[in-house]
Amino acid sequence: MSRRGTALAIAGGLLLLVLSIAAASVVGAAGLSPADVLRTVAAHAGLPVERLAPLDDGIIWELRLPRVLLVVLVGAGLSVCGAVLQALTRNPLADPYLLGISSGASTGAVAVLVLGLGAGAAALSAGAFGGSLLAFCCVLAVIGRGSGSAVRVVLAGVVVSQLFSALTSLVVVWAADAQSTRGVTFWLLGSLASASWTSVALCAVVAVTGMLACGLASSALDAFTFGREAAASLGIAPARTELILFTVTALTTAVLVAASGAIGFVGLIVPHAVRALTGSRHHALLPACALYGGVFLLAADTVARTAFAPREIPVGVLTALIGVPAFAVIMRRRKETPA
Amino acid sequence: MTFHAHDVTWTAQGRPVVDGITVDITPGGLTGLLGPNGSGKSTFLRLLAGLLRPHGGAVLLDGHDLNRLPRREVARRMAVVAQEVSTDVELTVLDVVLLGRIPHRGRLAASAGAGDLSHARRALRRCGLAALERRRWSTLSGGERQRVNIARALAQEPTELLLDEPTNHLDIAHQLALLDLLATTPVTVVTALHDLNLAAQYCDHLLLLHEGRLIAAGPPGQVLTEDTVERVYHVRAEIIASATGRPSLRFLSTSVRTGPL
Repeated sequence: MSRRGTALAIAGGLLLLVLSIAAASVVGAAGLSPADVLRTVAAHAGLPVERLAPLDDGIIWELRLPRVLLVVLVGAGLSVCGAVLQALTRNPLADPYLLGISSGASTGAVAVLVLGLGAGAAALSAGAFGGSLLAFCCVLAVIGRGSGSAVRVVLAGVVVSQLFSALTSLVVVWAADAQSTRGVTFWLLGSLASASWTSVALCAVVAVTGMLACGLASSALDAFTFGREAAASLGIAPARTELILFTVTALTTAVLVAASGAIGFVGLIVPHAVRALTGSRHHALLPACALYGGVFLLAADTVARTAFAPREIPVGVLTALIGVPAFAVIMRRRKETPA
Repeated sequence: MTFHAHDVTWTAQGRPVVDGITVDITPGGLTGLLGPNGSGKSTFLRLLAGLLRPHGGAVLLDGHDLNRLPRREVARRMAVVAQEVSTDVELTVLDVVLLGRIPHRGRLAASAGAGDLSHARRALRRCGLAALERRRWSTLSGGERQRVNIARALAQEPTELLLDEPTNHLDIAHQLALLDLLATTPVTVVTALHDLNLAAQYCDHLLLLHEGRLIAAGPPGQVLTEDTVERVYHVRAEIIASATGRPSLRFLSTSVRTGPL
């Protein structure tokens, strides 16, 4: 892909993201206008403008905006993690959800919550990180020695995520408080309804740092195109690079899942769609994944919260409905081009 | 610039795959690595490339132990063309050749610049691939992929170039074009080859492996004798020395093992 095409794709993504944020902040039952949103932001930034009525102000500042920003961060982070995992495992079907990392993070967060080890966003994230690392180690153990074929990696991810989903359900039902049913839905299907400024801040710090770290490793990720040995002969230390990037993606995924539950298939769909725009070189692919990932999940979440209003469907249901057919298409296309 | 293997050994499950090979690689020359299937050619090449760590002995590059040199420093001077390469990633031919510029770029973030692009295009021209620049890797034939991979190695600007049976998948015209390129380049080349006649015709120096051991080393006329060919390959060959001193081989169909004529 030409340099100009790449620049265009990234500029387009940026514009689209700004427009989606504006649109998603306005869409909803309250009937607010973009001007109301701007006024509220300005008022909270300390600018001398008149505030809206407390109810509208609260809807925008306490509900809409944190949710919209969290959605963008989760979409961006999961998409970049997906692209990185696809490069490292040389498997076009890799994604934090399919590899079981998201399920592990859910289990870890739930365990922290239920065992009463802490309740803050940081404690949840720490539990989620532990769970995601454990799940990832399980996946590697199931795959066994040597680099697994695409099928093995996916199968290992599927069984491990089943295991951790079962554990999450077990822990939640065992806790059996009034919220347990809702809890299962949240952790297994993902929801962004509980967004707060605290979770936005934590996710912003971790996701942005994680994405920057992945971006800095763009050349190394390119070097993995033809496998570990080819990467080594291009001067990349494969084991060290894998260790660092697996840890970064597990940590990023964990913090995002602790805030949003396990939302599947974002990391699969977005990188594949974006490659059609930017090509496969990671210098262009990763920033574009961040932008379009944010746009994609924002669109999905806005539909999830408004399409069946006043009911809200978990956003993970929607991403799965889009993601499973996408998975099938990618798998079939793979078969047609034997290595 | 010296490139030297000293008593290099590598074992798999207690069985030596490469067994105490000591050799000086001729600087700037074309060295052919010969031997039957399973004789340890590929393993020895990967040891020379530093992709495997020897279980005994050492590979020395300018007197330094290859496995103690930083990977990146090695990649700036040594390029490797593996036997089979595959990827699911959708890349153009130019993208693939640009991978060879990675060791020459800044470690972090830096994307391919104008200088990288001109190096990559020059490598494509040298391999006769300029017209394929925008083609997608997945649409290439086996031979085209092989040549693109060689262009990628040249874009790495190596002083040492290691190739594992690079003539596989190539038709005879492209085999000759490749060997001409390898023979005329000032780079130190070590290449595994199957075709003994092509090896005899092009290489300055041959290394003949058998069951992991170096059986013979030297100019083609010394290494390819009726005796060594029979001993290593278990076939009889009639060897004619040409005026240039390069032998040519004609194989006799009956296997030695199945008995005399």
